[in-house]
Amino acid sequence: MDRKIRVLVAKPGLDGHDRGAKVIARALRDDGMEVIYTGLRQTPEQIVQAAMQEDVDVIAMSLLSGAHNHLFPRVTELLAEKGIGDVLVIGGGVIPEDDIPFLKSKGIAAVFGPGTPTKTTIEFIRNNLKRK
Amino acid sequence: METCSAAGVAGGDVRALARLITWLENGDPQAVPVMRALAARPRRAQVIGVTGPPGSGKSTLVDKLIAEARKRGARVGVLAVDPSSPFTGGAILGDRLRMQGHATDEGVYIRSLASRGRLGGVSAATQACVRALDAAGYDYILVETVGVGQSEVDVVRIADTVILVAVPGLGDDIQVIKAGIMEIGDVFVVNKADRDGADRVVREIRTMLETAAALKFGAMPERATVDTLSTHVMHGIGEGQAHVDPHAFLADLPPVVKTVAETGEGVPALLDLVIAHHAKAEASGALAERRLAGARAEIKSLVSGRIDAALSEEPAAGREASLARAVADGTMDVYGAAHELLAVLKAQPLGR
Repeated sequence: MDRKIRVLVAKPGLDGHDRGAKVIARALRDDGMEVIYTGLRQTPEQIVQAAMQEDVDVIAMSLLSGAHNHLFPRVTELLAEKGIGDVLVIGGGVIPEDDIPFLKSKGIAAVFGPGTPTKTTIEFIRNNLKRK
Repeated sequence: METCSAAGVAGGDVRALARLITWLENGDPQAVPVMRALAARPRRAQVIGVTGPPGSGKSTLVDKLIAEARKRGARVGVLAVDPSSPFTGGAILGDRLRMQGHATDEGVYIRSLASRGRLGGVSAATQACVRALDAAGYDYILVETVGVGQSEVDVVRIADTVILVAVPGLGDDIQVIKAGIMEIGDVFVVNKADRDGADRVVREIRTMLETAAALKFGAMPERATVDTLSTHVMHGIGEGQAHVDPHAFLADLPPVVKTVAETGEGVPALLDLVIAHHAKAEASGALAERRLAGARAEIKSLVSGRIDAALSEEPAAGREASLARAVADGTMDVYGAAHELLAVLKAQPLGR
């Protein structure tokens, strides 16, 4: 049996900067994970629906427009509504330090700002998966 | 918490279906009882393969085919395969990017699959995933292969109809008569047809199809036209086919259609052609034959998968290691080693 870690990389919000998301996608790929890349301007509904259909272990969102306090929690809310408790949700992008405790209280397990070594993100994912 | 049961999958529970596909992909034994429970029903879905070179617009075409099928009231399942890295096993699955507009449509299920070491254009589990989608009640199942080169033809064992996507600018008319990929198209698409050279590609594909048909018809090494075929019928060439009407014979050739997937141009006509191919194959018995060949390939693949797995279990694994050493040292020949290992395998249980 060959279990693969599947990660949905998504960009909610209206900004068009997906370089960071692509770097993360590539780093996870090089670590042996399967990355489903959904592209720019995804609504929380699209992200959660795609995560369900793809049966991912992780949702990794990148956002640079400042709407993280609204959009990230909306994703975890929708997951809860659908009774999905086994998906790890993480975020990245331009997120002020002060907002991180709030996001964590809303179920975003970790937030990785600019300059985070990709190894840190990979290790966090490997150590915090909710499914065996 | 039970995420997956046969009743859930058949009842349209997306999470159950998604988990079942994960199990199938991972070779998880939990999939077996669910698949067996789902098997006792006739196959309903029409399975459409979409294949062609990287960047030819397969995903965009699938996106537009989904939209067209939804317009007609059908439910659509999609399996989109992208390559796994042969070095890390990782993958970027990006086909979905072009289809995300359908993400929140409950009549559409899209699943990205990594090829996981298979080189035939689809993954080992793709065929089983098609069965799962069929059991979940989707009317059309679109299977998009990895971007293919010349010889990745496994989709023909899975799909009822294969759409072969070509684009202008990829090579001359010798490319279209080479063996392999060009032999598996049931419907040929020349996508990006708003670009220069599209009509030439259409002509080259038609010529290739007509020549192939002519060779089959009467061993005549030229294009089949109504004139040349009529001459052959008159002269009694094409033994036993004198009753064939040349017009009907030519109409039987795989159609070639131009599309511009970006705008959706030509896509309704394409779906019509796919449906027509399916209906004709069903009536002629060709579809039943194809599904039989598909079932045969699937069984063989499961059996060889078990044998592969058994090779990495004891006692075969240990024996294989010592035999390999002997062959490498030059104290044993490789045929003798294979013979001995087979004898060990014969006595070994092959799993479930």
